[in-house]
Amino acid sequence: MSAAAYFAALNPANLFRAMPGNAAQGIVWGLMALGVYLTFRVLDIADLTVDGSFTTGGACAVMMILAGRPAWAALLVSLAAGLAAGLVTGLLHTRLGIPAILAGILTQFSLWSVNLRIMKAAANQAVSVDKFGMFYKATRGRGFLLSSRFVPQAIGVGLALAGAMIAVLYWYFGTEQGSAIRATGNNPAMSRAQGINIDSMKVLGLAVSNGLVALSGGLMAQFQGYADINMGRGSIVIGLAAVIIGEVLCDAVFRRGANFAVRLGFIVLGGVIYYLVVGVVLWLKLPTNDLKLFTAVVVALFLAVPYLQKKSKSSFRQAGRAAAKKEAASRA
Amino acid sequence: MLDLNHVSKTFNPGTVNEKKALSDLDLHLREGDFVTVIGGNGAGKSTMLNAVAGVWPVDGGSIVIDGHDVTGLPEYRRAAFIGRVFQDPMMGTAPSMQIEENLALAYRRGRRRGLSWGVTRAERELYRQKLHTLGLGLEDRMTVKVGLLSGGQRQALTLLMAALQKPKLLLLDEHTAALDPATAAKVLELSDRIVADSGLTALMITHNMKDAITHGNRLIMMNEGRIILDIRGEEKKKLTKADLLQKFAEVSGVQEESDQVLLS
Ligand SMILES: Nc1ncnc2c1ncn2[C@@H]1O[C@H](COP(=O)(O)OP(=O)(O)OP(=O)(O)O)[C@@H](O)[C@H]1O
Ligand SMILES: [Mg+2]
Repeated sequence: MSAAAYFAALNPANLFRAMPGNAAQGIVWGLMALGVYLTFRVLDIADLTVDGSFTTGGACAVMMILAGRPAWAALLVSLAAGLAAGLVTGLLHTRLGIPAILAGILTQFSLWSVNLRIMKAAANQAVSVDKFGMFYKATRGRGFLLSSRFVPQAIGVGLALAGAMIAVLYWYFGTEQGSAIRATGNNPAMSRAQGINIDSMKVLGLAVSNGLVALSGGLMAQFQGYADINMGRGSIVIGLAAVIIGEVLCDAVFRRGANFAVRLGFIVLGGVIYYLVVGVVLWLKLPTNDLKLFTAVVVALFLAVPYLQKKSKSSFRQAGRAAAKKEAASRA
Repeated sequence: MLDLNHVSKTFNPGTVNEKKALSDLDLHLREGDFVTVIGGNGAGKSTMLNAVAGVWPVDGGSIVIDGHDVTGLPEYRRAAFIGRVFQDPMMGTAPSMQIEENLALAYRRGRRRGLSWGVTRAERELYRQKLHTLGLGLEDRMTVKVGLLSGGQRQALTLLMAALQKPKLLLLDEHTAALDPATAAKVLELSDRIVADSGLTALMITHNMKDAITHGNRLIMMNEGRIILDIRGEEKKKLTKADLLQKFAEVSGVQEESDQVLLS
């Protein structure tokens, strides 16, 4: 295919048509990224449980809806399941002394089996919005909160939920308990000296984080109309991408540091931007199989930026070169 | 106020790195005692403070603070009784949190942390006053992240935090060692003032013999996990550096260069 034919085949209208749907999906991933932010930035733990707990949330939501329960109640079950998953990782880490990253991997690994059990041994369980209806449409408040079939509503509900979530997190991390969690991630030695039970704080933080992630998984299952055993795969990387995009933007806009709530808002925005970029990649008909490679490279680059910046200011190589230059000059 | 009864601690027992850091240590402090602690490197000074703070469990003996036997309590539960300032200025504060948030964390030491606000308006006023007494201008920068402060400012803040909820015991482990001489002198003076104002019971480790002599009402010297010298009251007031060096040589049997052993 010639370049001209390639560009001629790209229809901008298609991109614009896909954008709202991508944005809605991005908001749900942005909510998930809030959970990643809690562990990765606030607690300073890289928690890999999320790949499993996101699916757990989706599986719980779908099975609850299939069982005839209201969609909002299904989300509460997702939340509870996520809390439990985080609790397990936290206990493996603090009570049994397993390094946090391994504890997360173990829980994630085991969740595969748990998720299959929840989904009655099927790798995929579908719920149709046609059958169960939307929340407000003649379902007496039992139907889906959001669906890819009703994109504007999905965006509205997603934003409302994001706002509510950010408000709750802002409040919680401003309380005595939330401050203790932040201190634990920031300086564990000091936290212990100030009477904080850092093990409990880590367990609590991991639980809250995975609760949020599973809740997002439940929303995603509603949005796409099914839960899939693989739906959470790689969600840690997508979450990190959203966190990093959000933080870079936030720091660019607010050079003197932003309020915690604003920061969280930018994380959600990071999820939206990630999915809009994914939409462009799809629209360009770039090979989607390479999407994960591309995402990983971008995340790795951004994670490396602070380190490389520091190194560009002072490194052994530079010091060595400068010394050699001086030596050569003095000899000449 | 503090009783260490036959406390012992061996690190890495049963390995080639086995190290008896505290052996049958006895120490009794009265309320209001301000004890300076000296001794060579590896004498067990920090280990003694860590044993009191509960960084790890001791192998034998008991630790009693103001009548409470805390031997079986983990560090975070002993914190209700203890204020601490570390040698490393980075250790005592949370760098990404604001000055007032750090103070608020310290203000809740020994209390249950629930779901009420982490910092209240009334507290802010208290913190402002307390910070004002430091004379560092921090009262006007209460929402600044602690990571932006200098080492001396952080140590001063850590001291304030340690004393905010009057502790039964203040533990200072070479808390001025990382500071320049002028800042060190200021922080030391501040320590004196805080101990005096609140009538605290304190243990202060130092490698500066002059400081050890001029501060506090009691001085102990440690060697090989034991207290080998304990001088208080009038006797301490008359103490000179030369006396200390001689006593150290006598008791420990180290003859030459003891000056360096102590000051290193
Ligand atoms: N956590 C630990 N693990 C293993 N050995 C330790 C530990 N802490 C202290 N030690 C050892 O116990 C001995 C006493 O150490 P300690 O830190 O109490 O000395 P110190 O009197 O504070 O000396 P310094 O003046 O150098 O600070 C040393 O031999 C030290 O190597
Ligand atoms: Mg020491």
